[in-house]
Amino acid sequence: MGAIFKEAEVAKIESDQKAWEKHLQEKLVSAPERKENYTTISGTPVKALYTPADISDFNYAAQSGFPGMYPYTRGVQASMYRGRLWTMRMFAGLGSAEETNRRFLYLVSQGQTGLSTAFDMPTLMGYDTGDFRARGECGTCGVAIDTLKDMEILFDGLALDQLTTSMTINPPAPVLWAMYIAMAEKKGVPREKLGGTIQNDMLKEFIAQKTFMCPPEPSMRLIVDTIEFGTKEVPRWNTISISGYHIREAGSTAVQELAFTLADGIAYVEAALERGLDVDAFAPRLSFFFNAHIDFFEEIAKYRAARRIWADAMKNRFKAKSERSLWLRFHTQTAGCSLTAQQPFNNVVRTAVQALAAVLGGTQSLHTNAFDEVHAIPTEEAATIALRTQQILAEETGVVSSIDPLAGSYMIESLTGEMEEAAREYIKKIDDMGGMLKAIERNYPQMEIADASYKFQRELDEKSRIMVGVNKYVTHEEIPVDIYHVDEALEERQIARTQKVKNSRNQKKVEECLERLGEACVNNENVMPCLIEAAAAYATEQEMCDVFRGVFGIYRDPGTF
Amino acid sequence: MTERKVRILVAKPGLDGHDRGARIIARAFRDAGFEVIYTGLHQTPDQIVSAAIQEDVDLIGLSSLAGAHMHLFNRVVALLKDQGADDIMIIGGGIIPEADIVKLRNLGIREVFTPGTPLETIVDWVHKNVKPR
Repeated sequence: MGAIFKEAEVAKIESDQKAWEKHLQEKLVSAPERKENYTTISGTPVKALYTPADISDFNYAAQSGFPGMYPYTRGVQASMYRGRLWTMRMFAGLGSAEETNRRFLYLVSQGQTGLSTAFDMPTLMGYDTGDFRARGECGTCGVAIDTLKDMEILFDGLALDQLTTSMTINPPAPVLWAMYIAMAEKKGVPREKLGGTIQNDMLKEFIAQKTFMCPPEPSMRLIVDTIEFGTKEVPRWNTISISGYHIREAGSTAVQELAFTLADGIAYVEAALERGLDVDAFAPRLSFFFNAHIDFFEEIAKYRAARRIWADAMKNRFKAKSERSLWLRFHTQTAGCSLTAQQPFNNVVRTAVQALAAVLGGTQSLHTNAFDEVHAIPTEEAATIALRTQQILAEETGVVSSIDPLAGSYMIESLTGEMEEAAREYIKKIDDMGGMLKAIERNYPQMEIADASYKFQRELDEKSRIMVGVNKYVTHEEIPVDIYHVDEALEERQIARTQKVKNSRNQKKVEECLERLGEACVNNENVMPCLIEAAAAYATEQEMCDVFRGVFGIYRDPGTF
Repeated sequence: MTERKVRILVAKPGLDGHDRGARIIARAFRDAGFEVIYTGLHQTPDQIVSAAIQEDVDLIGLSSLAGAHMHLFNRVVALLKDQGADDIMIIGGGIIPEADIVKLRNLGIREVFTPGTPLETIVDWVHKNVKPR
């Protein structure tokens, strides 16, 4: 067992390579390379050529193995896409619950296999539409949910025991999840049959996406409440989607995305263990969410390295026994920040390349961005092209026929190894700080990302980094794109509906539920049972979140730059 | 007498958490030699206007990427006027459709910078158009 190339062979290759390099240098005198430095979009140097010498110590059994087997570098399932394709899960949320429901029904009729809900800003922040802080924001980047009533409309006509539902929600995740459970049970689908995901990843909110409610410590406590409750009562639900997506969108490098996400994952596992949960009881339901950016090979290396590092951490650091605990299962979204407002149809091409990287990297689920997403919520036509992009990859290109087809490429294995090493260095640094919560308090990941994003913007300005249509091949003609507009009357309609719900509910029951919720917060009881009861009694999202804010306090952005 | 430096408030109105652009532009302004105050996220128009007055700034840069710019920018303009501080210039940036830019200009937002604008263009604009009050 050991390296896959014989030592003598590698020595021969190295000496041949020297000869090639000499030959190349001679050629370069009259025809130099186009650029002095070739780097990935993250700034990692890329060599002109990779050979067996670059992976001379590569150990197939230890570093690669087989699909569905430790260390899962080649994929978490044994059959991968030959058995089952990834879930094509398009994120949608269009202002009103009625309109979003229509989009869901349409996407399902077009072959989509999972639902994914985008909420509007007030819902994401735990405010009702009528709150003064929410004015002007109703429905701007997703659907507005104030009460169970909205949730009932949103999922009307959808088979919740057959479809899985993802909800991109963070600070109020326990509240929205409670509403979903209450809604499903009213429809006669018991909680143990429900499948889906809540994002529920507050660490990356403090690091990157910046929707806040309570400070980091109580935020962690609420997350562990959901993990604990899910483990016991909603076994098919992924109670957290540990997300690198937003870290990358905030301007991080690929390595930072990988390292901070896995360090967040480690922090959640530690917090759940501290609660006294058995690692194999909850770890199989931890899921991940990564970005698919435009630097093709770097992204593929990132996904492969992610699986390898996570499997090792779960097995050796946290002593997980169950095979499923070692799997890094992940959803991918193509990079919104790589799309351009200029010449928007080019975004179709970018998204296709990114989706291909995600598929070659072994994703379990994928959202492809619509070309107009850089301007506004996608129109139906744009969302359909994005879904068709995935269907073309799955049905026409043949890339799904063989598992992890780029394995063994000198470059891919070399990049995967480098990515792993660099991420491990970051994770070690964060461990040395006392873990991710402490690192966040020190503003460490936030400033690492700010530095990277500023550097990237400078490179664009200097044109050492090119974005087509932005700083090269610029045209000045206006390209007409139909932009989705939020109905301006929506806000008033939504406020009126919530008021109507409030007028017709049993107010005394709601008050009792909220009081019990407050007690659960103070007494360190799991908040989920109280939340489900309150949601079923039509307590509003903000009423429930205000209980959290009252007990735990409010987190404010430090505003560093 | 040496002229004091231009003072700029970079502000994030509303609930939108996309602060990549605001933080980059705050750094670029600082690197260009301006005095920069950044509000941090989730500010109401009232908070932004009182910060602008207290900090005695010459320019407010409002950043919005989640679609609520019309309502929020409008409120900042109106509140500044109410406070008699409408000599503080306002510019905007973010994901703002062309049709809205025209409306925002009519409201009194002096300039709106959309994605893809080089930092230098924005810094030059400030040099050219903003003098310490």
